[in-house]
Amino acid sequence: MLILQESLSALNTFYYLLRKAGILLLSLFGVVTLTFVLMHSIPGDPFLQEQAIPEEILRSLYHYYGLDQPWHVQYLRYLKGIITWDLGPSFKYEGRTVNQIISSGFPVSFYLGMMALFIAVTLGTVLGMISAWHRNKWQDHLAAIFSVLGISVPSFLIATLLQYIFCIKLQLLPVARWGTFLHTILPALSMAALPMAFIARLTRTSMVEVLQQDYILTARSKGLSSVRLLMKHVMRNSILPVVTYIGPLTASILTGSFVVEKIFAIPGLGYWFVMSVSNRDYTVILGVTVFYSCLLMCCIFFVDIVYTLIDPRIRTALRR
Amino acid sequence: MHEELFAPLTKGPDLNEEEIQPSVSYWQESLRRLRANKPAMIGLWILVFLCSMAILGPFFSPYAYYEIHLPQINMPPGQNYIFGTDELGRDVFTRICWGARISLFIGIMAALLDLIVGVTIGSLAGSIGGKIDEIIMRIADSMHSIPYLLIVIMLMVIMGTGIATILVALTITGWIGMARIVRGQIMQLKELDFVKAAQALGASKRRILFRHLIPNAMGPIIATMTLTIPSAIFTEAFLSFLGLGVQAPIASWGTMANDGLPAMRYFPWRLFFPAGFISITMLCFNLLGDGMRDAFDPRLRS
Amino acid sequence: MILKVADLNVTFSTWKQPVYALRGVHFQINEGEILAIVGESGCGKSVTAKAIMRLLPKHSCLINHGQVLYQDRDLLTLSERAMRSIRGKEIAMIFQDPMTSLNPIKKIGLQIIEGLLLHHPEMKKSDAKNKVIDLLRSVGIAQPEERFSAYPHTLSGGMRQRAMIALAMACEPKILIADEPTTALDVTVQAQILELLKEIAHIRKTSILLITHDLSVVAGLCDRVLVMYAGQIIEEASVNELFNNPRHPYTKRLLHSIPRIDMPHGARLHPIRGRPPTLHCKSNSCAFSPRCDEAMNICCMQEPDKISLSDSHHAACWQLCRPSPSFAHSDAPLIFPDLPGKEDELPKEKMHV
Repeated sequence: MLILQESLSALNTFYYLLRKAGILLLSLFGVVTLTFVLMHSIPGDPFLQEQAIPEEILRSLYHYYGLDQPWHVQYLRYLKGIITWDLGPSFKYEGRTVNQIISSGFPVSFYLGMMALFIAVTLGTVLGMISAWHRNKWQDHLAAIFSVLGISVPSFLIATLLQYIFCIKLQLLPVARWGTFLHTILPALSMAALPMAFIARLTRTSMVEVLQQDYILTARSKGLSSVRLLMKHVMRNSILPVVTYIGPLTASILTGSFVVEKIFAIPGLGYWFVMSVSNRDYTVILGVTVFYSCLLMCCIFFVDIVYTLIDPRIRTALRR
Repeated sequence: MHEELFAPLTKGPDLNEEEIQPSVSYWQESLRRLRANKPAMIGLWILVFLCSMAILGPFFSPYAYYEIHLPQINMPPGQNYIFGTDELGRDVFTRICWGARISLFIGIMAALLDLIVGVTIGSLAGSIGGKIDEIIMRIADSMHSIPYLLIVIMLMVIMGTGIATILVALTITGWIGMARIVRGQIMQLKELDFVKAAQALGASKRRILFRHLIPNAMGPIIATMTLTIPSAIFTEAFLSFLGLGVQAPIASWGTMANDGLPAMRYFPWRLFFPAGFISITMLCFNLLGDGMRDAFDPRLRS
Repeated sequence: MILKVADLNVTFSTWKQPVYALRGVHFQINEGEILAIVGESGCGKSVTAKAIMRLLPKHSCLINHGQVLYQDRDLLTLSERAMRSIRGKEIAMIFQDPMTSLNPIKKIGLQIIEGLLLHHPEMKKSDAKNKVIDLLRSVGIAQPEERFSAYPHTLSGGMRQRAMIALAMACEPKILIADEPTTALDVTVQAQILELLKEIAHIRKTSILLITHDLSVVAGLCDRVLVMYAGQIIEEASVNELFNNPRHPYTKRLLHSIPRIDMPHGARLHPIRGRPPTLHCKSNSCAFSPRCDEAMNICCMQEPDKISLSDSHHAACWQLCRPSPSFAHSDAPLIFPDLPGKEDELPKEKMHV
């Protein structure tokens, strides 16, 4: 009897995940179409910005990029390209394809992003917990100041300030470029500032709410010490809202990477994206946008699943 | 003497029946709470100062923002030029004041557009409900998961640079948050008894919406608006940083910061003044917005 | 006597002004008895319970005077560590709303085991689990082996409260404090939980301090009753004495205000007019006097002392002092060995005007 129940609930969960995956695919499709439409509604000719190009060369360029086909054919070619992971050649960089640019730049950005994520999550939650535990005392106020600063001071200012202080004035760390671990410290910190501030705030609010719950009183009435209380009851209940933030967190780290990679001249995907925007390199812009959007949506989907698994109340709701 | 002590009491007015607190309206109570919030008030006063700087600054400056003084390029802050000069010899202070005009204009306009579009869509979704609500929410949800900055960048690439396009791009991506909050508020308020009372008196749906629901939702709406402004200012600075902002010679803080970046090592004031002003403005709006959000939150009423 | 509370004073500091929540509370609990504290919301019942357990929030609450004597130790002077060994093991508490009082993301069995292993660390896990399952069975939860691994939200309200009781009784405490245990439950379930509490008191000889605002619960379950008003105990009696012969005007009005099933159709109800005081100031007058029909001049000048009407029945009211006019007309029995002596002596001694 129990086995039947268990397998039924597993099936239910499976269908739930399947439904969510379906919605994800639909959204991905929507994004891809949207970017295509946007890109192809750019008025004018992508090549006319340069000096005058002879007719035949223009025609062969058009043919090479497939721009001479009717738009629905272009769309289908584009979709096919995405599925087969062929995003086309770059407009401005001769001989390089979008794929190459992504595969050279992404690992760098990924490494940096993971570092920033790690810093933001660990420092942010610790800061938030200290704030909540010492509510309205000096630790709380100090942490609040840091939080507000982290949210208000734009990442490019933090990056340039850090660069100015640590690289130029104090000469402790390398100014720019990529190579050793030292090169990663300042960029990661700059990218982590805003998310860290958000997480600290979120953790504080969540933990303050948890600490006021009745079951904390029950636990204390059993004779639990503060430390045990924290570990066993408070933490797991407090981090649930933070998990939901990880989606937007990834997005903000991503956009932060544009600025930080430009300032520190790090050859990551953000850097190439910014370059392509300045150069109006349309295939690269299109390809990178699609790539980023898909990545982000998959992250959010993944976080959704994790959240479902952590909170047993949702799991039970799925059983019905 | 004992008889007197134990004689029945001649009663005065029953003190326990009196009001414990004088009744205050929701707005008065919220404003009082806001005024008591020191950081928010400090932020407000700094913003007032910044606005006056934006409006009056250029009048008091002997230079125009586009005036080029080639002999005095890259001068540090000093007597003639309060904030120094940039690479074309333009007075940084005047340009900061102009930049304040532009950034504040963009911020406030973005918030207003956000308000109009977001409140319209949100109140439609919230009050009508049903199919329309579902459609709107589906659109909002799918748009929400797309990283908005990417869309803004793409829109800027398509539509070209300029203040108008920045505002359009911000509104297209920004209405979602406001619409969601308005919808949530209206759905909550709809269930309250005073709406039923108004219906029982024969009020039309439109009247209820405009005279009862929206005014009662104003608190969170205003708080959200105040928090939209720093986000808009940041986005403009960010776009300028990527080269997609307003074009020369118009000075927005973002373009000034972008121009000042390569010269940071030798002429740091060219970067730090605009960047510092961006930060302070955002900080003040954030403090004020946070204070408003707390002040208008009905759950925190004493 | 197993617990004695003497002259307990608790003050809350709010951002406006201090609130004197408890103003001189005295009582004691005997072994195996069920003692009730009744009163309106805000009279200080829960504060008393939490003060005994020292669970009041430290940053806003001050116990500025008093003693709580348990086994010859004053609980208020114990270190936090020593207090922790008392909580759960000697004195346990159950709360009003079992839905929010249990951690929603932890299984019930694990929550109970946590308390058990905390005070008996030498116990083996398997033994502990068996003990918990027995405990669940003894509080009336069916299929305890399966319920051990259940989450709180999968149980009904009554079962959750039973689980709370099991949690509290896990270490076999000498005193169980029940803070409005049945307020959040349906009437039929209420009866079951009260039966369970009765069993616990009589079979296991656990003393129960029951906090409630529902007099019907008191009548069916308790041995003695304390009536609280505005942070003080204004009447103390056995159940029979209280219901048959209430002496304090507040108690009388309280009993009078209960709607009865044998009232004639269309009869009016009798609420107590006015509102309880806001406890912002320490006054030296009787706290109930603004709402009292029998108030006298002395009631506004001085707080009444506790007058003993029998060994178990005490009330704090000036009406009970000899010179008062209504005394001669009251229905009270005439023999009161503890009543203060001659007419002349009483007012002169007690007046501090």
